[in-house]
Amino acid sequence: MHPAWSVIVFTTVAGAAQGLVVALALATLLGVPLAPGAVDGALLVALLMLSVGLASSFLHLGRPLRAWRAVAMWRTSWLSREVIALPAFIAVVAAWWLARRVGVSAAWLPLLAIALAGLLWYCTAMVYVCIRFIQEWAHALTIVNVTLIGLASGVLLAAALAVLGGEPALARRLVPWALALTLLAWATRTLALRRNAALKLKSDLQSATGIRAKKLVQKSMGMSAGSFNTREFFHGASAAALRHIRLALHGLGFALPALLLLAVLLGAPLGWLLLALGVQGVGLLAERWLFFAQARHPQNLYYQTVS
Amino acid sequence: MSDTLAKQLALVIDLNVCVGCHACVTSCKQWNSSGAAGPLADLNAYDANPTGTFFNRVQTYEAGSFPDTETVHFPKSCLHCEDPPCVPVCPTGASYKRKEDGIVLVDYDKCIGCKYCAWACPYGAREVDEERKVMTKCTLCVDRIYDELLPPADRKPACVMACPTGARLFGDVKDPTSEVSRAIRERGGYALMPEWETQPANQYLPRKVTAAFGE
Repeated sequence: MHPAWSVIVFTTVAGAAQGLVVALALATLLGVPLAPGAVDGALLVALLMLSVGLASSFLHLGRPLRAWRAVAMWRTSWLSREVIALPAFIAVVAAWWLARRVGVSAAWLPLLAIALAGLLWYCTAMVYVCIRFIQEWAHALTIVNVTLIGLASGVLLAAALAVLGGEPALARRLVPWALALTLLAWATRTLALRRNAALKLKSDLQSATGIRAKKLVQKSMGMSAGSFNTREFFHGASAAALRHIRLALHGLGFALPALLLLAVLLGAPLGWLLLALGVQGVGLLAERWLFFAQARHPQNLYYQTVS
Repeated sequence: MSDTLAKQLALVIDLNVCVGCHACVTSCKQWNSSGAAGPLADLNAYDANPTGTFFNRVQTYEAGSFPDTETVHFPKSCLHCEDPPCVPVCPTGASYKRKEDGIVLVDYDKCIGCKYCAWACPYGAREVDEERKVMTKCTLCVDRIYDELLPPADRKPACVMACPTGARLFGDVKDPTSEVSRAIRERGGYALMPEWETQPANQYLPRKVTAAFGE
């Protein structure tokens, strides 16, 4: 598939914001001593990121002014469910922030925020999982990875915000969680990469055309210039570029942030968390890019040769 | 979508006689550029990198090893699946399958151009129109086949009318006495990518094995 930046930014930024809200909600519910100003500020950051994600998702649409129609088919479409879950989550986070500002204590708001964050991760993942013939996506690991990557980056973001907000004790408490989640997400994402590498595709040129010849090659895709089919479903990147992106996924997305988190855990200055956050942000954009690029759509069988 | 319909209009493509002339491609483009839905956009039509929206393509394949090779011309358009994976994924309901005749259509006024239905079609049958910014696809010439101003013999899709060799048959595949049903039954009609269980309504008639002249 051709990776679309609008969707990459949306899923990466919103996923981290969800993780941040879950971290804040859990800390609140577990009674971790928090400075009220720091939590309010972090919730505002989450709201800002979710708005960026929502705006980015609009850029994917040909007709953004009609986007309101996308809530209609929630009975059958995971995309429709995602379109409902995202604003619902934003509304609950905003309500929680407002309740804190006016001094109303409502424990059900952080609880609801956790539930909706989970629901949104599930909907986002199912948008891809439910397309059964994109075999790279149609697997439970897609759900696991979307959730764990969101949690890992969100908890690291929470720790970095705690550093900026002058809450070193909270930051130190979050570091082992960020490290564990980053390592766990690295492990499950690596599993998915291995599965993709070993995947046997169900469709081939013979099943696509029904021409039962052992040797079958396309001589012409029926046009000399490109079409939607050649633009939307091919990433067009070289093998070397793919290798570099995969390296960025492992190195910047997981290995380097994990090393920095470990260093902080062993006594390095807390400022390194900001570096870890920046590095992981870039790495996770590469991760999401590769998620799309690695998906081999069966329609590509029909678009192999320009004669 | 699993409930079967009483009527399912479809095309049956005879790979024995398609000569790869692309008349079905150009007639499709002409009809669907001239109708009520507006033009199928062409971008840079007179430039170095022309591109445009098409509902139908004729591709060419070479089967077998030299010297025993065959050239197969292979027209490809929306297969109007009986269980179309592109329909339930649409978030707005713009993508739908008609109950009365099984044609899969896009309501251009409801489409938000998210392209998700195209992702959910294993055949690459849908194309975004880059000018109108909505998803488009073969309509089986729904604005033609029911047009009572046309003589009954002309109430067929433009591609079927244009084919000079009669490689494209059109009719109701649920009516066992129709020309298309008989062709599928008697000549081994098959569906594309049966592994995904989309139950394409359009089917293809395989090449017949013929003896060389004089044998």
